[in-house]
Amino acid sequence: MSIPADLKYTKDHEWLKILDGDEAIIGITDFAQNSLGDITFVEVPEVEDSFDAGESFGVVESVKAASDLYMPVDAEVLEVNESLEDAPEKVNSSPYEDGWILKIKIKDTAALAELLDAAAYEEIAKD
Amino acid sequence: MSDAKRTPLYDFNVANGGRMVDFAGWEMPVQYQSIVEEHKATRAAAGLFDVSHMGEATIEGPQAEAFLNYVLTNDVSSMDDGKALYSLMCHPEGGVVDDLLVYRKAENRYLLCLNASNTDKDIAWLTKHASAFDVSVSDVSADYGLIALQGPKAFEILQGLSSVDLGGLGYYRFVEGEIAGIPCIISRTGYTGEVGVELFVAAEKAAELAEALLAAGTEHGLVLAGLGARDSLRLEAGYSLYGHEIDDEVGPVEAKLMWTVALKKDGDFIGREAILSKKAEGPAKRIVFFKTGGRRIARPGTDIVSGGEKVGTVVSGTFSPILNEAIGSALVDAAVARSGDLAVDQRGKALPIERAKLPFVPLNPQA
Repeated sequence: MSIPADLKYTKDHEWLKILDGDEAIIGITDFAQNSLGDITFVEVPEVEDSFDAGESFGVVESVKAASDLYMPVDAEVLEVNESLEDAPEKVNSSPYEDGWILKIKIKDTAALAELLDAAAYEEIAKD
Repeated sequence: MSDAKRTPLYDFNVANGGRMVDFAGWEMPVQYQSIVEEHKATRAAAGLFDVSHMGEATIEGPQAEAFLNYVLTNDVSSMDDGKALYSLMCHPEGGVVDDLLVYRKAENRYLLCLNASNTDKDIAWLTKHASAFDVSVSDVSADYGLIALQGPKAFEILQGLSSVDLGGLGYYRFVEGEIAGIPCIISRTGYTGEVGVELFVAAEKAAELAEALLAAGTEHGLVLAGLGARDSLRLEAGYSLYGHEIDDEVGPVEAKLMWTVALKKDGDFIGREAILSKKAEGPAKRIVFFKTGGRRIARPGTDIVSGGEKVGTVVSGTFSPILNEAIGSALVDAAVARSGDLAVDQRGKALPIERAKLPFVPLNPQA
């Protein structure tokens, strides 16, 4: 189970890679993709859509189940990973790199303090 | 999961990375690696499935044939020794108690293979109706392990292991023999649409048989395949699954299974009258199989809509790794079963679906 030390995490098994300033890349964790199994579909929002923290912004579907995606912090969508439309299996094979889901603009970076670090997330991802 | 039953292959499944889930009261592997990869490998080479959760019953006695012809919809009198037959067992109202395979071992001796989720109900049903016949019904589910070996390489894998020549074994025929020195009933049947066999083996020998098949099959591309792939394979093949396309209420008229109902056989059978009148009047609802044209799976329970109105409900849905799109089946109002626009309501969005011919992909299990 891979949990990169340089990322932030949520209890909903998503990760954030904080870029310079107030931008971040988000996706689902290795634990999440492994639990879901073969991912067949990822629904993403439109660029410029805004979401509150905790709001559902999309869905990841596997052969077995559908799982909502939740925005970790108040944010606006800057970019979506359009390659997932034809190749959603990238979320399985490369959850932290090629399988990224959104690039977002964080509305208030102070909210990042609420997120989990790798050690804290590892505790959650144990089961 | 503490109350769930374990098949004779439980340890084998866990040792081979099976992800165990509760299914019909059994701890079963939903997958070993990836459902999609297991599905593709079964179509391309071969898959090995633990289906030991399925139930078995023996029907024996001078009136075994007459009894089975009364409780089952298909014609058992057409069978000879070594023949397997798919049939429904219906309620008097025409719904389905279970769908099952009948094996004729000898003139007055039959073996039934039953759905795991229905085994207790079936045994009670059979026992109740057997009282009017000179026949005995025995639940022998615990005696057997059941292993399915399915895919184009299945017979190549079996060739070196079988004590009997399987070259002449016809589709829906079975023979008793040894595989890797282990006595089995070798049945040329399956639930994937591929060529292959299902092997009934003494429970205590099941793991040994699975190990032998896996060892011999690996060089041919054999993979272990779980219930996830079993479901996507059967749906791609257009096979009904109890609790989805058929159930206690939905029967052969709705589910296009009239080929399993021998209306012309001698004597009455349970459900005959109801099935006949439903056929004559036309059912209120029908099962349709569909393609979505997209990757989003329509899950069972999702609404089917037409012209803004709800006209049915999805009963099966999966992703077809061969077509690379989501496929499924639904129970819909008969009026829209054959024509008219249908859509699946995905969280308020009506996504159009297209009726599909079966099987979804070209298959020839009789090859």
